[in-house]
Amino acid sequence: MSATPLLEAFEVTRRYRTGENDVHALRGVSLTINRGEFVAIVGASGSGKSTLLHLLGAVDTPDSGRVVFEGRDISTLTDADATRLRLLRVGLVFQRFYLMPTLSALENVSLPMAEAGLGKVDRRARATALLSFVGLGERTSHRPTQLSGGEQQRVAVARALANEPALLLADEPTGELDAATGAALIALLQQLNADGLTCVLVTHDAALARSARRVITMRDGRIVSDEPSTPLVA
Amino acid sequence: MRTLLAVLGLAIAAALLIDMVMLATGMRASFRSLLTSRGYELRVTPRGTLPFDTEATVGSASALVASLRAHPDIERVSPSLGSTVQVQRVDRARSAFVLGTQPDLQGEYTVINGRAPLGTDTLLREVIVNAVFLTALDATLGDTITITTGRSAQLRIAGTPTRVVIVGEGRFLYVPPGLPALSAPLAAVQGFLGDAGRDRISLAMASVRADTTSATANAARTEAVRVWIEQTHARVTAISTETAIVQVEERLAYFRQLAFILGALSLVIGVLLVTTLVSLSVNERLGELAVLRAIGVPRSGVLQQIMLEGFMLGMAGIIIGLGLGLVTAQWLNAILRDFPGLPADLDFFVWSAEAAWKSLAMLLVASTVAGALPAWRASQMRVAQALREEAIG
Repeated sequence: MSATPLLEAFEVTRRYRTGENDVHALRGVSLTINRGEFVAIVGASGSGKSTLLHLLGAVDTPDSGRVVFEGRDISTLTDADATRLRLLRVGLVFQRFYLMPTLSALENVSLPMAEAGLGKVDRRARATALLSFVGLGERTSHRPTQLSGGEQQRVAVARALANEPALLLADEPTGELDAATGAALIALLQQLNADGLTCVLVTHDAALARSARRVITMRDGRIVSDEPSTPLVA
Repeated sequence: MRTLLAVLGLAIAAALLIDMVMLATGMRASFRSLLTSRGYELRVTPRGTLPFDTEATVGSASALVASLRAHPDIERVSPSLGSTVQVQRVDRARSAFVLGTQPDLQGEYTVINGRAPLGTDTLLREVIVNAVFLTALDATLGDTITITTGRSAQLRIAGTPTRVVIVGEGRFLYVPPGLPALSAPLAAVQGFLGDAGRDRISLAMASVRADTTSATANAARTEAVRVWIEQTHARVTAISTETAIVQVEERLAYFRQLAFILGALSLVIGVLLVTTLVSLSVNERLGELAVLRAIGVPRSGVLQQIMLEGFMLGMAGIIIGLGLGLVTAQWLNAILRDFPGLPADLDFFVWSAEAAWKSLAMLLVASTVAGALPAWRASQMRVAQALREEAIG
C-alpha cells in the first residue's frame, strides 16, 4: 500500500447553530489519510464524525484550519469548484439512499456521468458494468421503489463510483439496512478498497468500524484515538 | 393527488384565460365578420339612428337610392324596409319581423332551402322565412299564411289580411335569435304597409368600388363617400363598417375590461398555484436535492430541474385547460347569444389561434417563472446543513 497522503486535515474547526444553540462540531481536528486506506470514523451521535466527513469531501468548509485533497487546499474552493471536485474525485454514500425516484437504477448511476459530460453510450456501458459489479446486473431498469433497501444502497454505491473517484466517503451506509444486508454492503466496500479505492466509513457502530483497517474515534469534536483496527474474533 | 389538484387548478386558470382572450378579441372579429359578410361597407339610416335600432324610416326613398347609385364610387345599393306584422297559419298567430329587400341585391339573409321571393310590383305574394318562423307557425315550404299589418293580435283587424306563400327558408344575419322573420321584395312590403311604407326605407346598404391597390386607399374612399352622403342628404346618417365597429366597441368596452381583469387574475392564480406546489415539493425533497448537490450536480442543475417541474405543471394544466376553455366558451357563447336584440350570428367567444397560443404561451412562461423562486432557494441551499438536518430528521 502506498503511503502517499490523499487527504490531510490541519486543525480544522467547525461550528454551526442548531436553533438557539451554537454547536462546536469540530474543535481542531488534524489527520492524514493515505491512498488505499480504509478508515472508519466512529463515535457517538454528535461527536462530529459526519461534520468531519463533510469537510473531507468538500461538502462543507471549515471555519478555520485547512483540508488538503490530492495536494490541493479544498477549504477555500468556490461552490462551483467544490461541486466539480465532488463530481469527479469524491464518491459519497449516505444513510438514506436518496436515489431519484423517477429514474431507473441505470439512469441513477448515469446521472453523475452525464453531469461530467460523458457520452450516452459510454455512460450506459459504464453504468451497466457498475451495477453488475454491485450485483444488480439484472435490475438495471428497475426504479428505486422496485428495489429493496440493500439493493438501493448498492445502486447508491454504484452511483458514487460513477466517475471513478479517488475517495469514497460513506456516512452510516448501513443505518437503514438489516444486519445481513449491512454486512454485504461492508464486504462490497472492502472489495473496492482491496481494488485500491480509498474508503472512509463513518459509523456509530464500533463493531462495524472494525471492518476497516484503521479506526479513528471521535468525541466532542475531537479525535480521541486513531489506531489500526482490531479484527473481531469469531 | 396534490399534483392532480394543482394541475386541475391550473387547467381552470388556463381555461379562464383562453375564454377571456376569446371574449376580448372575439366580439370585434365576429362583429366585423357580420358586417362585411355581404360586402357592404356603408349603412345609411334615418338621422341619428343605428340600423333597425328604432322604427324610424326615411321617406322619398327612391330619390335617395337613385342619388346614391348615381355616385361614381358607389358600386351598388341595397335598400330595405323593416316592420312588425302579424302572421297566422291555421290556428297559430304570432308577431313577426318583416323585411322588404331587393332580392338580387339584399345583404340581410342567405337562402338555405327553396328560393328567394320574386316580383317587382306592390303585391305581396311570396316570402322567405327563417327557421324560427317555420317552427312557431308549424309551417313548411309551400304553405300559405296570412299576414296582417299591426303590432299585436288585438290590432290585427285594423289591417288588410294578405295571403302569401312561403317559397324559401333563409338565415337572417341581423335578426335576433328567437324572433320569427320573413322577407319579401321591397316594393311588395312597401305596398303591403300602406302609408307607413310608401316610398320609405329603414336602411340602405352601399358598397364602395374597391381600389385593389391599397387597403388604405379603400378606407379613404369609403370615408369620403360616407361624408358625401351625410353632407348631401341631411336626413340620414351614414355609418361605415369601421365606425360601426368603433361604436360597438364603445358599447362593449365593459366586456373587454372584464375579460382583461379576469384574464390577468387567471395568470396570477396560475403563478400562485405553481409557486405553492413547487415550494411544497422542494421542502419535502430537501434531502434528495442536497444529495444531488453533494454528488456533484451544480446549482444550475438543481435550478433547471425544479423550473422544469413548473414548466411541466404548466404544460399539463394548459393541455387540459385548452379543452375546458373551448367547451366553456361554447356554453357561455350560447348563453350570451340569447340576449335580446342581438343578431343571431354575433358570437362573443371567437377562436383566434394566434391570440389563444399567445395567451397560453404567456401562462406557460408564467408557470415556469413561478417555479423560479423555490428553484432558486433550493439551488442556494447549504448542502452540509441540509444533509445534517435530514440525518437528524
